[in-house]
Amino acid sequence: MSVVTNTTTIGAIEAPSRRNTELALLAFAVIIPVFAYLNVGLAMDGKVPAGMLGYGLGLGLLAAVAHLVVRKWAPYADPLLLPLATLLNGMGLVLIWRLDQSPRLIATSMNRFGTFSPDAPSQMMYSAIGIAMFVGVLLLLKDHRVLQRYTYISMVVSLILLLLPLVPGLGADVFGAKIWIRIGGFSIQPGEFAKLVLAVFFSGYLMVKRDALALASRRFMGLYLPRGRDLGPILTIWAVSLLILVFENDLGTSMLFFGMFVIMLYVATERTSWIVMGLLMAVAGAAVVGSTASHVKSRVAAWLDPFGCLETATDQNMLNACDQMTQVLMSFGSGGILGTGLGQGNSDLIQFAANSDFIFATVGEELGLAGVMVFLLLYGLIVERGIRTSLAARDPFGKLLAMGLSGAFALQIFVVAGGVMGLIPLTGMTMPFLAYGGSSVIANWALIGILIRISDTARRPAPAPAPSPDAEMTQVVRP
Amino acid sequence: MSELTLTVMRLGFLAVLWLFVIVAVQVIRSDLFGTRVTQRGSRRQEARPAQQQARQAAAPPQQRGQQSAGGGRQRRGAPTKLVVSEGTLTGTTVALQGQTITLGRAHDSTIVLDDDYASSRHARIYPDRDGQWIVEDLGSTNGTYLDRTRLTTATPIPLGAPIRIGKTVIELRK
Repeated sequence: MSVVTNTTTIGAIEAPSRRNTELALLAFAVIIPVFAYLNVGLAMDGKVPAGMLGYGLGLGLLAAVAHLVVRKWAPYADPLLLPLATLLNGMGLVLIWRLDQSPRLIATSMNRFGTFSPDAPSQMMYSAIGIAMFVGVLLLLKDHRVLQRYTYISMVVSLILLLLPLVPGLGADVFGAKIWIRIGGFSIQPGEFAKLVLAVFFSGYLMVKRDALALASRRFMGLYLPRGRDLGPILTIWAVSLLILVFENDLGTSMLFFGMFVIMLYVATERTSWIVMGLLMAVAGAAVVGSTASHVKSRVAAWLDPFGCLETATDQNMLNACDQMTQVLMSFGSGGILGTGLGQGNSDLIQFAANSDFIFATVGEELGLAGVMVFLLLYGLIVERGIRTSLAARDPFGKLLAMGLSGAFALQIFVVAGGVMGLIPLTGMTMPFLAYGGSSVIANWALIGILIRISDTARRPAPAPAPSPDAEMTQVVRP
Repeated sequence: MSELTLTVMRLGFLAVLWLFVIVAVQVIRSDLFGTRVTQRGSRRQEARPAQQQARQAAAPPQQRGQQSAGGGRQRRGAPTKLVVSEGTLTGTTVALQGQTITLGRAHDSTIVLDDDYASSRHARIYPDRDGQWIVEDLGSTNGTYLDRTRLTTATPIPLGAPIRIGKTVIELRK
């Protein structure tokens, strides 16, 4: 027989901090939007845009600050979350700037309001505030388990945030949906922040109650049916989300909260019956409200038959909803597979909210199917990293929180992208990071901050080294 | 701007976007933690096929017939790898290259078991002169089990039979 020459050693790989990987990806994520900016400038004016250097430096500075803070205060965090968010935010800025350049939108604004103010500079400011929020989360939240103490406070805070738009004088009715409040000259969408606070409440609550919800049940037709009194929480959340739907006229927000609760309930209890029940309740609620509330009804009509409802529309609001939907669909259609090229499409025909709710149509028209897929993959990767963090987290609260946040993020993408593409009725939500809107950008940077904090704790190597097994006695198996 | 430049830029931009996604996925791939299996030295590898052929020629004809009936693809009856199927090292495979494999908690074992119920030098697995793999208990505290019987002497290992050491189960596979 041959001499022993092959030895195989088996050892655990130490978790590297991967900060340099993050830095490289971050540089890439800053260069891509600068390239896009150049592309838009060349296509629209035929020359290198004047603001390119300033834009690149601004985005690079924000990314560098975020990276240095992560390097110092969350050294083991996931290397992908920050670059992905930076790329999406940067691309959002470019797309908003591109729509600012559109002569059609400028003319409409001049006609309607007499002035035109570009949105890109304010979005840049919101991004800076967002990064500041991200830095603040990492600096102030040294351990995500602290949030567990505020379980019931966050319940109250989230209810207040959700109900704020209904307060007379404070809430603002923007084209049917009451999801805004006006303070001073600023309008804020409290729902975006409620998303974070609610995730804290749900994870704190479910961590304590999950055994009762999972174990006390009867088996019926292959499903575990919970006891009547354990239905309390899901019924309450359902009622609250229906109230949002009825009074705030916003399908997206209510779907987001109810969906987030059902996802977290399923993750906490591992019972499929919750998902089945949740879906049935959501469908029943949406069907009832969708056939009564006028604002939701016009959205549903625009979803079912966008071109037909242009003729059958009964009022101006419905006509606007249908017109927008047809423009969006035409926009996606004219993009084709490879798109028309940045700055060369006509997605500005959507007019109102082209750079917020409908910004994905610009992606669809100017970058085509290939570009839409990239953006969906980028969002998908953020969600994947969030769920991976949840799997790696060692404490149940962190697991549920990471899962809830990434679930809410995923649902938001689904609701917005699905609405814009005509899969589900359109709602007034914004594409995270991409769309114009301060609340959305700031809240989503805070969300990424929390995920990075949890992933830092989860990936940090265990502190105490294992003692040498040779030194220990072998335990004897006792029958 | 000429049409050509714009087209090149448009396609180039899409390519760069996809490149970013691919790089990100590569980072995820290299980020999967687990156990690292390092192979060292393979000087005698070229000598292997000849030996195996010789061994096969020497095998009784009846056994050979059985093998070809079992599956035309696998000509060799000898196991080629050892697989850990239960315990902390689940999924680890070690190629069988004719060397003795020692199992135990001692650091110099071929397979270092992180198992409170394993002894420092628990068992060894080695080939006899015919190439048949043998398992032998090295006087361990809790014993080594082949299937469900505790080993008292060196015993040949049938293909796929589970060998239990503490909480760890290993088996030989083709």
